[in-house]
Amino acid sequence: MSDKTLDRVASATPPPVARKIRGLSDRAIAWIFVAPTIFLLLAINIFPLIWTIRLSFTNYKANRIGREVKEIGFRNYERILTDSDIWLNMQATAHFLIWTIFFQVLIGFALAWLINKKFKGNDLWTTIIVLPMMLSPAVVGNFWKFLYQPQIGLFNYIIAFFTGKEPSSFQMLGEVNLAPWSIVIVDTWMWTPFVMLICLAGLRSIPDYIYEAAEIDRASKLRQFFTITIPMVLPFLMLAVLFRGIENFKMFDLVVQLTGGGPGSTTELTSINLKREAFEKWRTGYASAYAIILFVTVFGLASIYVKALNKVKER
Amino acid sequence: MTRFFTGLMRLRRGPWEMLATIIIAIGVFMLMQPFVIWAFTYSFVVTLTGTVMFIIVSHFPE
Repeated sequence: MSDKTLDRVASATPPPVARKIRGLSDRAIAWIFVAPTIFLLLAINIFPLIWTIRLSFTNYKANRIGREVKEIGFRNYERILTDSDIWLNMQATAHFLIWTIFFQVLIGFALAWLINKKFKGNDLWTTIIVLPMMLSPAVVGNFWKFLYQPQIGLFNYIIAFFTGKEPSSFQMLGEVNLAPWSIVIVDTWMWTPFVMLICLAGLRSIPDYIYEAAEIDRASKLRQFFTITIPMVLPFLMLAVLFRGIENFKMFDLVVQLTGGGPGSTTELTSINLKREAFEKWRTGYASAYAIILFVTVFGLASIYVKALNKVKER
Repeated sequence: MTRFFTGLMRLRRGPWEMLATIIIAIGVFMLMQPFVIWAFTYSFVVTLTGTVMFIIVSHFPE
């Protein structure tokens, strides 16, 4: 832009506006830009959190507006933490959490290790493997429901082919001992690619010269795997474990689509139970205390996650 | 081990964060274990202690 144009723009700017903008410090301008985000954060995150903490000490019920709200201290927390049904829900969540993480890490790492080898069609296979992760949990839940159908479901037919059982003789979603495994299978199918991608990033970050030095020292492939590959990918694996752990602790949509928490309450994870307390039984104060307990747990896990993330960054 | 305890005594971030992490992990284990209900009852207090401790000690010097 020529000086002439600049002069014309400057002269066209109304003097009071120009003076006001010129009068603001860098700090004030920064605040102007950040303020809308801070306001949204306070309104959408912080205020509901504080309000939930307040409600957790009351007997408030959201479906009874005119009812007197009593302060009941820590009674909601006491009830939740001594309730054996909630303890069982926590165990169902733990079963889901442990097995999904175990299978996802095992299969995810194996896939990453294979994909990391150079072969024809490498990129195509990566894209195909990553596909399940890109689908909506509601869609995944629905089509796995069809796959698990005892009469027409493909899953039952595959199991029948290998075991010789009748396909309609077992119901993956309807039997107490099979339903917890059915949700583990679906979550593993959906989220293993995510773990694979993290492991792949870890594997690709290992410099080739380390393997070359090991080759010169005549280290076997197995020894290279256990003394170079595993230790160097470990921080990435930890990251994947924590990330999946936090996500699966909050798991709701996929399981609701598949089993709705049933049969009985065998697949009723904590988040499903929380939703029932809050929006079916309308025990808002109680559900708030329940939510705070889950929040503190997730927050604690997230703190560890951030620490692990910083360690990975330091590398 | 000695370095860990020296770090704790001198209020250094690393060892204190490690301790807070262990407390959080114990709290989460207590919340989800299938063995004794009293551990489930006290799990929240343990996790909360670890989490608050983590927030505080992350401001300690390296």
